[in-house]
Amino acid sequence: MEINLKIFRYLPNTGNKPHFDKYIMEVNPNDRVLDVLEQVRADSDPSLAYRRSCAHGVCGSDAMRINGRNMLACKVLVKDLGTSDITVEPILGLTVLRDLIVDMDPFFEHFRSVQPFFINNEPLPADGKERLQSPEARERFDDTTKCILCAACTTSCPSFWSNGSYVGPAAIVNAHRFIYDSRDTGAAERLGILNESMGVWRCRTAFNCTEACPRDIQITKAIAEVKQSIQTGKLD
Amino acid sequence: MSQIHTYDVIIIGGGGAGLMAALYASQSAKTAVISKLYPIRSHTGAAQGGIGAALGNYEEDHWEWHAYDTVKGSDYLGDQDAIEFMCEQAIQSVYDLEHFGLPFSRTTEGRIAQRPFGGHTNNITGKPVRRSCYAADRTGHMILQTLFQQCVKNETVFFNEYHVMDLLIENGVTAGVVAIELSTGEIHIFRSKAVIFATGGHGRIWDITSNAYAYTGDGAAVLLRKGLPIEDMEFFQFHPTGILKLGILITEAVRGEGGVLINGKGERFMEKYAPNIKDLASRDVVSRAIYLEIKAGNGIDGKNYVYLDSRPDVINKFAAADGKTRPDGSPYLVTAKEITDKIPDITDFCRTYLGVDPVVDPMPVQPTAHYAMGGIPTNMYGEVIKDVNGTTVPGLYAAGECACVSVHGANRLGTNSLVDLVVFGKHAGIKAAEYANHNELQPLPNDADQFTNIQIQNLKNGSGKEKASHISSEMKKMMFDLVGVFRTEEGLTQAVQELKILRQRFLDVRVSDTNAVFNMELLSTWELGNMLDLALITAESALARKESRGAHAREDYAKRDDSNWMKHTMAWLEKDKVRLEYKPVVVTRFEPKERKY
Repeated sequence: MEINLKIFRYLPNTGNKPHFDKYIMEVNPNDRVLDVLEQVRADSDPSLAYRRSCAHGVCGSDAMRINGRNMLACKVLVKDLGTSDITVEPILGLTVLRDLIVDMDPFFEHFRSVQPFFINNEPLPADGKERLQSPEARERFDDTTKCILCAACTTSCPSFWSNGSYVGPAAIVNAHRFIYDSRDTGAAERLGILNESMGVWRCRTAFNCTEACPRDIQITKAIAEVKQSIQTGKLD
Repeated sequence: MSQIHTYDVIIIGGGGAGLMAALYASQSAKTAVISKLYPIRSHTGAAQGGIGAALGNYEEDHWEWHAYDTVKGSDYLGDQDAIEFMCEQAIQSVYDLEHFGLPFSRTTEGRIAQRPFGGHTNNITGKPVRRSCYAADRTGHMILQTLFQQCVKNETVFFNEYHVMDLLIENGVTAGVVAIELSTGEIHIFRSKAVIFATGGHGRIWDITSNAYAYTGDGAAVLLRKGLPIEDMEFFQFHPTGILKLGILITEAVRGEGGVLINGKGERFMEKYAPNIKDLASRDVVSRAIYLEIKAGNGIDGKNYVYLDSRPDVINKFAAADGKTRPDGSPYLVTAKEITDKIPDITDFCRTYLGVDPVVDPMPVQPTAHYAMGGIPTNMYGEVIKDVNGTTVPGLYAAGECACVSVHGANRLGTNSLVDLVVFGKHAGIKAAEYANHNELQPLPNDADQFTNIQIQNLKNGSGKEKASHISSEMKKMMFDLVGVFRTEEGLTQAVQELKILRQRFLDVRVSDTNAVFNMELLSTWELGNMLDLALITAESALARKESRGAHAREDYAKRDDSNWMKHTMAWLEKDKVRLEYKPVVVTRFEPKERKY
């Protein structure tokens, strides 16, 4: 099929303003949008810059704004866009460094701020084996273990757009993953961090994050659970 | 002028092996990780089915059985001392990961859940054993996340999106590395006492591949240019079940949970090739079976693929025929929900890329390039060796897929890649720190960044007559056709000739992008040069090996030949020539015998 492709371009230190490059191309409807970008690089303009690695939706490199919505370029097929007009832009709310590449450091700073790691200073089981956890207790936080830190959620969030100091949905998802892990003992500290002014209360329940998540994590629900635990002090 | 940084231990690569090494090296030495990706983007995250360890959480199992299965899976090319070490250490390593917080799936007793996997058996009955410790079908993702989280906790120093282009060796001793910072184009010199390469594999050499774009063999290529050898490059694993055309991996766990391979005649053809464990034979065996079925016209509609069928009625039918039972002895019966719950990501991939649901429709699959058994030669402590006598390069280490210990020999068992990277990542980290604490920094060589700058200038100053994208696609197609699942003298000879021509043509490529900021064209063109070097060595090593063993299947030498070929290939790249030498396989307790599944 023939597509009309528009790609955001920005080359720093050249004096050129950000602009869109336009291509009319023949592609296979089953192509991923990433395949289309690779085709542009191979046939037309090798200088087009974007991040990508696994090409099947598990590494989180290629979150982009495709026809106005955050997606992984490798996880959406051309035919599933439902149109032959395709516009590709960098995700919003982070500084564009070049073309489709944004500065991810602020995003990872927010991630780091919520203690996104396992905390348990109690002695290990005497036999040296695993700590026990029931399948039900394991299931409790399964959804938020799926996060690949692609930033599609945080950069679709109106609260994050208006205030970049907000920790954002991805950081809350990663706090959630530990808060509800029955083996972890750091929940109170994390809930304290998320109760601060740039924590969960900045969430206005817009649901953009849930819609943007390429891993289908119920992010808005996870944030609501954290809000509730802060209010009730309970973790169930 | 390049910036200079100084550390005790530098680790290159932020995947499972690199992060494991960082966690252990940083306990006693000033350590930094340099990675061309954000660590969390590394390809460890794509591993699906599990990590093998004889925990015995459901049934009797022993690390010695795991070791035997690994030796047999390797087609007797794996070094048995290293294999025994790995399989014994695997148990503690899995507990270590759990203690780091890894969210394994659980048994009803709350222990780590385990599932059957290809080639893992009860050594007495020969039947599949539940040895693969898993977290749904995203075990690699959980390992990568957990290790990265621990590095955040430990405040590990990272240089993200820095691409290492050269290794510094002074007086025969490791002195550091040189890297380009992608966001600025600036060159950085990293002085260190020890360097650990954990740069992953090179499966992007082939057209149909499960591997990430980043898998271009950078570490091995850098070492080759320093006159160091690489080992056993003719052994590259083709995973039997890649999604048709895309190559995306469908985990062996689908077959572990009862899925079967079906040909165009509706037959469960693995019964012919591996009567005992059928669809759970090791990967080389299954990939060859698929290839032979397709060649015999038994592909689906006569085409070049077969079906992987995980519909519950099909699973239950064949489970009953096999007399398969659950751990409590009741008949093995599954529902669609149980299947979907155990392979949620596979279900998602199939819906996204194929528009099919694996509990409603069979999945079209073909073998896909998957894993490098060969790589940078090391001993079982992760120390890089530079000759057939095992002489080490002081201060230089490698671990994970880029390394060849060799624990995988001619064919890796499923789950053993994750075992490899946690066990040898950890021990390389410990060894490197120990070395750093007993040795001094080497003086920085004069013009330490010279070779890096020459490489970059060469890429920018080519005539421009050739396009990188053409050379890349020609290489990939040719490698898949001629240096793939089956090989012949004629095909390999042609491949070597064509690769020599492609390497010549590569000299006429020019990087057109002159911007220093995120010059991805420069990066990918340099990576193509790496792949061409490794492809040539792969083809030459395969041409020389006149036998069939594990993943190296020669139509013209169909049998394994232990009297002449039970030995490791060591290859050096000397300009356009590949020089080959051989070193013996370490045998401890498992005498070679014919391999049957």
